[in-house]
Amino acid sequence: MTASTETVPAGTATGGEPVLRAQGVTLRFGGLTSLDQVSLELRRGEILAVIGPNGAGKTSLFNCLTGVYLPQQGSIDFQAEPGGSWLSLRGRKPHLVNRAGVSRTFQNIRLFNALTVLENVQIAAETRVSSGPVGVMLGLPQNNKAARSARHHSREMLEFVGLRGKESLIASGLSYGDQRRLEIARALASDPQVLLLDEPAAGTNPSEKLGLAQLIQRVNTELGISILLIEHDMRLVMSVANRITVLNFGKVIASGSPAEVQQNPAVIEAYLGSGAAEELAAAEGDAGDAGDPVIAAVPEQVVRDVVPEPAAADEAADADQAVDAEAADVADASDADEEGSK
Amino acid sequence: MYITQHFWELLFQGIRLGSLYALIAIGYTMVYGVLQLINFAHSEVFMSGALGGVFMLTALVGNKGKIPSGFAAFEYTALALLAGAAVGAAIAFSLERVAYRPLRQRHAPKLVYLITAIGASIFLYNLAGKLFGRNNLQVPESFHSGKVFVLPGSGAVGPRTVKTLDVLIIVAAVVVMICLDLVINRTKLGAGIRAVAQDTETAQLMGVDVNKVISRTFIIGGLLGGIGGVLYGMFHAVYYQMGFVPGVKAFTAAVLGGIGNVRGAMLGGLLLGIVESFGQAQFHLQWVDVVAFVVLVGVLLIRPTGILGERTGRTA
Amino acid sequence: MTTSISELSAQVRRLRKHDAWYKNPVWGRLVVIEALVMVLSILTNETQGSPNDYTLLFKDSWFCARGVQFLVGGAIIWVLAEVWRARGLSKIAAQATAPVKGLRNNAVLRNPWTKRGSLLVLVVVAVLLPTMGMFTLPYFQSVLAGQIGVYVLAALGLNVVVGWAGLLDLGYIAFFAIGAYTTAILSGKLPVGDDGNPELHPPIHLNLFFAFPIAVVLTMVAGLILGAPTLRLRGDYLAIVTLGFHEIVLNVANNDPKGLTNGSLGATGISTFRFNLFGVHYDWNPTDSKPYWYLAIGIIILVVFAFRRLEHSKVGRSWTAIREDEVAAAASGVPTVKYKLMAFAIGASTSGFAGVLATAKITAITPQNFPLTLSIFVLAYVIFGGMGSLTGVIVGASLMTFLPAFLQGPPSWFNSGKPVVDPKDVPMWIGAVLLTMMIFRPQGLIPSKRRAQELTQAEHGVGDADAMTESVEGVAP
Repeated sequence: MTASTETVPAGTATGGEPVLRAQGVTLRFGGLTSLDQVSLELRRGEILAVIGPNGAGKTSLFNCLTGVYLPQQGSIDFQAEPGGSWLSLRGRKPHLVNRAGVSRTFQNIRLFNALTVLENVQIAAETRVSSGPVGVMLGLPQNNKAARSARHHSREMLEFVGLRGKESLIASGLSYGDQRRLEIARALASDPQVLLLDEPAAGTNPSEKLGLAQLIQRVNTELGISILLIEHDMRLVMSVANRITVLNFGKVIASGSPAEVQQNPAVIEAYLGSGAAEELAAAEGDAGDAGDPVIAAVPEQVVRDVVPEPAAADEAADADQAVDAEAADVADASDADEEGSK
Repeated sequence: MYITQHFWELLFQGIRLGSLYALIAIGYTMVYGVLQLINFAHSEVFMSGALGGVFMLTALVGNKGKIPSGFAAFEYTALALLAGAAVGAAIAFSLERVAYRPLRQRHAPKLVYLITAIGASIFLYNLAGKLFGRNNLQVPESFHSGKVFVLPGSGAVGPRTVKTLDVLIIVAAVVVMICLDLVINRTKLGAGIRAVAQDTETAQLMGVDVNKVISRTFIIGGLLGGIGGVLYGMFHAVYYQMGFVPGVKAFTAAVLGGIGNVRGAMLGGLLLGIVESFGQAQFHLQWVDVVAFVVLVGVLLIRPTGILGERTGRTA
Repeated sequence: MTTSISELSAQVRRLRKHDAWYKNPVWGRLVVIEALVMVLSILTNETQGSPNDYTLLFKDSWFCARGVQFLVGGAIIWVLAEVWRARGLSKIAAQATAPVKGLRNNAVLRNPWTKRGSLLVLVVVAVLLPTMGMFTLPYFQSVLAGQIGVYVLAALGLNVVVGWAGLLDLGYIAFFAIGAYTTAILSGKLPVGDDGNPELHPPIHLNLFFAFPIAVVLTMVAGLILGAPTLRLRGDYLAIVTLGFHEIVLNVANNDPKGLTNGSLGATGISTFRFNLFGVHYDWNPTDSKPYWYLAIGIIILVVFAFRRLEHSKVGRSWTAIREDEVAAAASGVPTVKYKLMAFAIGASTSGFAGVLATAKITAITPQNFPLTLSIFVLAYVIFGGMGSLTGVIVGASLMTFLPAFLQGPPSWFNSGKPVVDPKDVPMWIGAVLLTMMIFRPQGLIPSKRRAQELTQAEHGVGDADAMTESVEGVAP
């Protein structure tokens, strides 16, 4: 077990300078270590997927990156412009992280439910507008102009994610897949350099999933936004990700191109339990085809056995959150609790 | 220096006042623990407890000016405290039933809860004012409060004399708080309260009857608040608005000790009482309410989770 | 026939389920109605309790003819209600009112010009009000200028805090008082000299129009100082901190530090507004209420326009976002603490503004003008009208300030000059209104669309409707 915890050096499949870099991030809740010396590097223009079993610390990592949690150790740096200066995101307030150019979506969709679809996006778009309350009350012309351009930008983003014509609907009335799209539109509206997607496909049906995969790729290629993606659906991950980092028990156990990760024994062990790698190797030996690794040939199968179906994944994800909630005083989690306690 | 000269008597005053604050603060902190709600109407629970005590004493002793002695004194005092506790618990229980439970079933936002609580508070104390008059009510003495001992110090003997009533206040508060601590930490009900405070939803899944636990939490808070009310009434005065100022201060004490934390509320109450006692000696009597407020804002600034941290279970 | 048999068997099953007669909800409703009626019997009793006989009010409203009357009245209400239920009349009523509800989607009514037109009519009516009917009486003109105008303005400000930002401010009138005392100081009536001689006051005689900006800045700063440490933490702490703050302000007013507030005597003879520009000269005269009413209307119109813009701007949307999901708002780049503070400061300064207006009208202030219950009253106006809705707040504040004044009436108005409701009981009724509204209609009389939507959604466990969740920033585990 210990033999297989070596970290695979950062892959060389995709080039590009790093845009977001986390080094040695350690997050503890009381006695529980949620993240242990996690390092990862998102390169400009790539899609990096973070996978791992439930409770591996994926969402905690996102919360560290976006300022919801303050990790005890480690550094998180972000470079907005290519070749520009590096900005530390560690301990930066969430809205300032967003302002710096890193925006996110949530695992359990968090829209402004009583507002319209357009207003949801407008709120994010308008955070880039510098108009104060006094100017608004006086109705200064430049404010109106700024508001108009923000509205225009919001409409563009809605059109981009495919919600055109649904602008004036109430957000909570949208279908699940559309709500996911709206969340992405809202995240895009603040013109980020980096987009963090927390299980965008959770709870969606297969056709919605396919659409989302296409959308993620379009965000990446057409808008040139680097994407960090948490996802349980391996088909989605394999189809969109340039590179994959695998977390288990708060540690990075592997990182590299999808093909490399699929073959990594530590990953197989994390998913299937110890001994699985040997068994698979044995099976491979029986087949007598040493040159062609079995796992690469059966990723689909492995994945299907290991990764729960979407509905189950959702439940598991909730449980994941409950663990976090117990462990710490976290706005994210206690919020969910409060709804329950009322 | 006034303070050094009168150190012991100021300290004693502080402890006497603080133990009353602690009794009320426990009601705030327990409700906050299970519902994450500032129960503004708790000050009216305190007030109605005091009224209950007054009615009992009026019925037993009357306004004849004859002070009972011996066993009768003990009996009447105990009955007054019990009556106060019962009335306090009844008011707290009905508050939860009539006002808060319907909101809880509707998942009402916190703002709605708080406005309900403040509405209930205003309604209750003005109703009490209408029912029993808006002047100070006379509290018949159930025992002769004589000298027990004299505190050391160089001031006049008068303010240094500790009387029976002072001893009663402190002893009753300590006994009640020890009982409460045992209930919280040793009984099934206590475990239920801690579980609900930690995570309502999980507690429900584990078979805890959340409604019942919340209801009983209100009752316990009401019992303590009622006893506090009677003791406070014997010492200060009983009138319809008596709840407000001690209420705000007890809440301050709860925040000071760490809201949701029962031992914190006890400690916070004592500390606030002592700080106030010395504060009013240092400044002026009329600024005494300002001292408590400054303490509250100071605590929020420096250590928002209070001295002992926010735990009956979870922080909320 | 078969239907009646199945009905019968259903009835038998029902009866078996509720075998005890008292478990039948019909009787339960009777008990609830009778209990409410008995409470009402006390609330509406003109007698005030006495400390000499604690049972007086019970004897006087339960164990006498009055109690019987109320009991019978309750029973009649119960019978009517049961008949109503049994006949399914609520459905018929719904059908009867359907066309009215349909009007809401009527194109003409939804036309913005219709709205603007009706607004204009409303303003014209308000302006002409002092020439109509009972409002020609000085008493009601004084109510218009000194109560309705002032408290509508104050309620509009509190609406920003409670209705839009979803925060609870229980010391709102403290800022009103700061505005009032600022006015007194600027008009030279405070501070008084060492010997309490009001003639020794400093020689300032400012036109009170200049008191507006100064009071606004002062109260805004006070609001920021109070809000900054509190709002960083938890929304609900703000409630108790503002409550304490009100107490402190009253304390300062009563304790008269260095003769600044003149203790319980307060200030008298405060000067008033003057207009002296472009050769036009006009003095407001405290004996005539009408000019104050016109001034109040003008200010309210300006404030409504400004706040409407605010509501439908980036700022208003951000408040809604914070109310609904603070974490998501922050993640979308909304500086949550800044916006909460902004709302609190806007509310505080509006309150200060209203304080100046009120003081210029009454020209004399003492700490008794700013009791803690007044803060709760203004909150009740907002809640009753419908928090978050400008129309609702204006209607709510107007109704709830006018009603007590109307019921008390000018001397020899009706009820032979005796107030219908004892003024001492008014706070009790206000508390009852808050309680009832929150339990039965939290969205208020004329709800705001967003608010109503949020409350319904909260009922289904979706989202939130206040800004009371904890701060989301940099939580160190």
